[in-house]
Amino acid sequence: MNYDVAVVGAGVIGSLIARELTRYNLKIALVEKCNDMAMGTSKANSAIVHAGFDAKPGTLKAKLNVEGTAIMPEICRTLGVPFKPVGSLVVAFSDEELKTLNELLERGNINGVPGLEIYDKEKLKEAEPFISDEAKAALWAPSAGIVCPYELTIAAAENAVVNGADFIRNFEVKTIDFNNGNFRLSNGENEINTKFVVNAAGVYCDEIAALIGDNSIHTTPRKGEYMLCDKSIGHLANHTIFQCPSKMGKGILVTPTVDGNLLLGPSALDIEDKNDVATTSDTLADILNIAKKSVPCLTAREVITSFAGLRAHCDRDDFIIEPSDKNSQFINVAGIESPGLSSAPAIALYVKDIIIKAMPADEKSNFNPVREEPVRFRHMSNEERKALIEKNPAYGRIICRCETITEGEIIDAINAPAGARDVDGVKRRTRAGMGRCQGGFCGSKVVELLAQELGVEINEITKFGGNSKILYERTK
Amino acid sequence: MQKNIICVACPMGCGVTVEIADNGDILSITGNTCKRGDAYARTECTNPVRSLATTVKVNGGIHNVVPCKSAGAIPKDKIMDCMAVINAAEAKAPVSLGDILVENILGTGINIVATNHCPAK
Amino acid sequence: MLNYDIVVIGGGPAGMAAALKAKECGVDSILILERAETLGGILEQCIHTGFGLHYFGEELSGPEYADRFIQLVDEQEIEYKTDTMALEITDNNVVYAINKVDGLLEIQTKAVILAMGCRERPRGALNIAGTRASGVMSAGTAQKYVNIDGYMPGKKVVILGSGDIGLIMARRMTLEGAEVKCVCELMPYSSGLTRNIVQCLDDFNIPLHLSCTVIDIHGKERVEGVTIADVDENRKPIPGSERFIECDTLLLSVGLIPENELTRAVGIELDPVTSGAVVDEYRETSHKGVFACGNVLHVHDLVDYVTLESQTAGEGAARYVLGKSKNAEYVTTKGVNGVRYIVPQKVNIKNDGDVKLYFRVGQVYKNAKIVAKYNGEELIRRKRPRLAPGEMEDVVIKNDMLKNFAEGGVIEISVEV
Repeated sequence: MNYDVAVVGAGVIGSLIARELTRYNLKIALVEKCNDMAMGTSKANSAIVHAGFDAKPGTLKAKLNVEGTAIMPEICRTLGVPFKPVGSLVVAFSDEELKTLNELLERGNINGVPGLEIYDKEKLKEAEPFISDEAKAALWAPSAGIVCPYELTIAAAENAVVNGADFIRNFEVKTIDFNNGNFRLSNGENEINTKFVVNAAGVYCDEIAALIGDNSIHTTPRKGEYMLCDKSIGHLANHTIFQCPSKMGKGILVTPTVDGNLLLGPSALDIEDKNDVATTSDTLADILNIAKKSVPCLTAREVITSFAGLRAHCDRDDFIIEPSDKNSQFINVAGIESPGLSSAPAIALYVKDIIIKAMPADEKSNFNPVREEPVRFRHMSNEERKALIEKNPAYGRIICRCETITEGEIIDAINAPAGARDVDGVKRRTRAGMGRCQGGFCGSKVVELLAQELGVEINEITKFGGNSKILYERTK
Repeated sequence: MQKNIICVACPMGCGVTVEIADNGDILSITGNTCKRGDAYARTECTNPVRSLATTVKVNGGIHNVVPCKSAGAIPKDKIMDCMAVINAAEAKAPVSLGDILVENILGTGINIVATNHCPAK
Repeated sequence: MLNYDIVVIGGGPAGMAAALKAKECGVDSILILERAETLGGILEQCIHTGFGLHYFGEELSGPEYADRFIQLVDEQEIEYKTDTMALEITDNNVVYAINKVDGLLEIQTKAVILAMGCRERPRGALNIAGTRASGVMSAGTAQKYVNIDGYMPGKKVVILGSGDIGLIMARRMTLEGAEVKCVCELMPYSSGLTRNIVQCLDDFNIPLHLSCTVIDIHGKERVEGVTIADVDENRKPIPGSERFIECDTLLLSVGLIPENELTRAVGIELDPVTSGAVVDEYRETSHKGVFACGNVLHVHDLVDYVTLESQTAGEGAARYVLGKSKNAEYVTTKGVNGVRYIVPQKVNIKNDGDVKLYFRVGQVYKNAKIVAKYNGEELIRRKRPRLAPGEMEDVVIKNDMLKNFAEGGVIEISVEV
């Protein structure tokens, strides 16, 4: 197939870039090595929209964070993705840290972060009743928020597909050739021809760049482990609660999620293996202990799952968003670690500008920016539910009881543009299996529905593509 | 020869020791705390039996398999052989609870019977 | 809006027994709501035998045990709706439920019987480290795949947890040709029945490692192995005892949790130990007219006891509906010294029958005594050759004892060695 732009990597960055480019009369491919989008950094991170006071003034991080955060609510609305403007607090526990708060405040003001304010102990306690008595003060940032990062990714990719992009799954780019002004991407079996390549491959962006001989990118996968707690203790944090940042990042946070759970993490450990998303018991114990410094009443009892994600830490200490020195039609979007999610909408616009400048194109008249929010049965009133089931009985059968997810929602997720192909894909789109029983009850039903909708036997269904099959052959 | 058995006649779980002569005669049974333990140990040493529960393949049913059990206990050492016979058997839906799916399995005189219904698809 | 005297939520052994008893006691207007396609609950996938020894005096498989009650429900013409999920119970006993045929159901009822059963504890609750490869599932999920769907979930299997479901699945997977490498149990004893250890593990030479747990899961896409380690008396892994076991599947049988989402949402008082409702001797909860029975109330060892308890709840609901409930003057029950919990948690001393108190102990005891006291005064003392956490115990408080109690008193049960 021939494209104008092939975006390599269907994370939140790649998907939003692809969507932004579909505004134009361009043929866009969104190329992903996994069976679904949001399979790397985008599915396992803090889900925070940062206010933007952390980054050093003058950096791309500082600029794109503040810009991205400013447009995040709107883009989430347009794409039907949950976003909550909960605001964030950086808590100081010592006089030393009080100084840090003032530094952050100052930096935030330079970066153009709106509404920053130092809360004294009393005001902090009012905002967060369960905060530690040891907390002395906090930096309040009202523009911070929380978002569901994989839903944002999925919605952006879906919307890109609706607007004409091709979503190409299970295509691991192994070689890239450049001939007559065109790239040829190959996975060893099939080829994709394109004028421009956007390298949005997350922790693999150094390897993708190296395929055209660009060895300028040095990234280290930095692993962050998280613990997710049951909704029953969701009330223990009203805002995202940070501790003071260190060299390794913003430290362990305690934050509500858009779905009402409580998230603790991340740890930060530089590792070698880009596939290593294993959790470790020592780290998880550490996370809980450090999180308890902020909110002492946390216990391991309410933890429903833990997970790890990798972020692409770059030695340049800033986002790298520019054409490669080796080929100006190859745009690196590399080193997108925190605040990458917050910056994502702004990064998409920034990359779009680079490409349209290099390859002028007309805007499409029929671009539809809106992705209708999927049916969310759990948020409906009984009247709405009644009407919905009358229209389509599939909404009358609950598949995931913990999260109240219906058969209709799962079928929708499978049949959506660039829909779910595996159990984890259904889970990310619908939340089926994300509740306190973690798929114990609905897992086998989701497998059945996937098999039914995709027209295959149930033992062909995988957890997340590849060899992650759930079942072997028939017993007899 | 000495054989150590955990009695399962009740939840006590007594450790029972059985002395067996070369000709197979039971010389002594010790460690049991009741008569039922004696009887259990004796059977376990001479002719251990088990009931078997598994599934049989069903054609045309709402499920691929229907559960079944041996209608009586079968010799313990024939369990895996019985599985092979049962795995080769097929039933046609509808299957009703109690239907005989394999008759007189391996000449034991015991039938394999369906333990649930499997309506036709 | 539909109208019934009693709505039973859950059509497993608990719900069916409760409904049948309520009918027998004279209530005709009963509706059972069941979320699965058929009545029977979890018994439908428990195809092994061993059910019904107490209640029927014969050894039945799960589906057979369930079928006897399904037949009776049909004979008694008790109404039920399958494939139907109850979503909400309101303060004034309106039950909201949905299914594909009726859509949203709004049911006004006089009494509700909660019989939703329990669910298995997931991996997350254990925080086992390692990858998120496919091949980790609860033993019950594997049981459904093998026994109902007829598919193998794995070929080389490690099982964590020696509860009865874990033991049963060790045998089941072996019979179907899988290699079960071992069963690991965190505690120094198995919570499963001795019979199951002998017939499910020993018969097939499957090792049971006590005081041992899984500390790491390996494999990128499918599980490729687990690391197991012995644990010390504080259940912490002992450094140096780690060993790798190659397997493609890890089955978890690490406990059951009563499924009380609906219960909690109505604001019914729960017992932190059982994770079920606090109930009186008729299994009435803190919410008037709402009763609970079976594994949603506390996890039972044998279905036979679920049946008996649910009959009690069915009778209680019928008495409530028919206006026969007595004014309540409660004494409370309290497990001390080795007794983890007692159900019921309170007893109406105006009740005109005997009351059986069910309880579980916290560890294994040999040749111990069970002692029941009322306000410190000894009522009952019974010898028990063996007590184990996996087995439910009971004592009966005779009605003539009850008559001497006063409101606010405390019945304590303890273990003496």
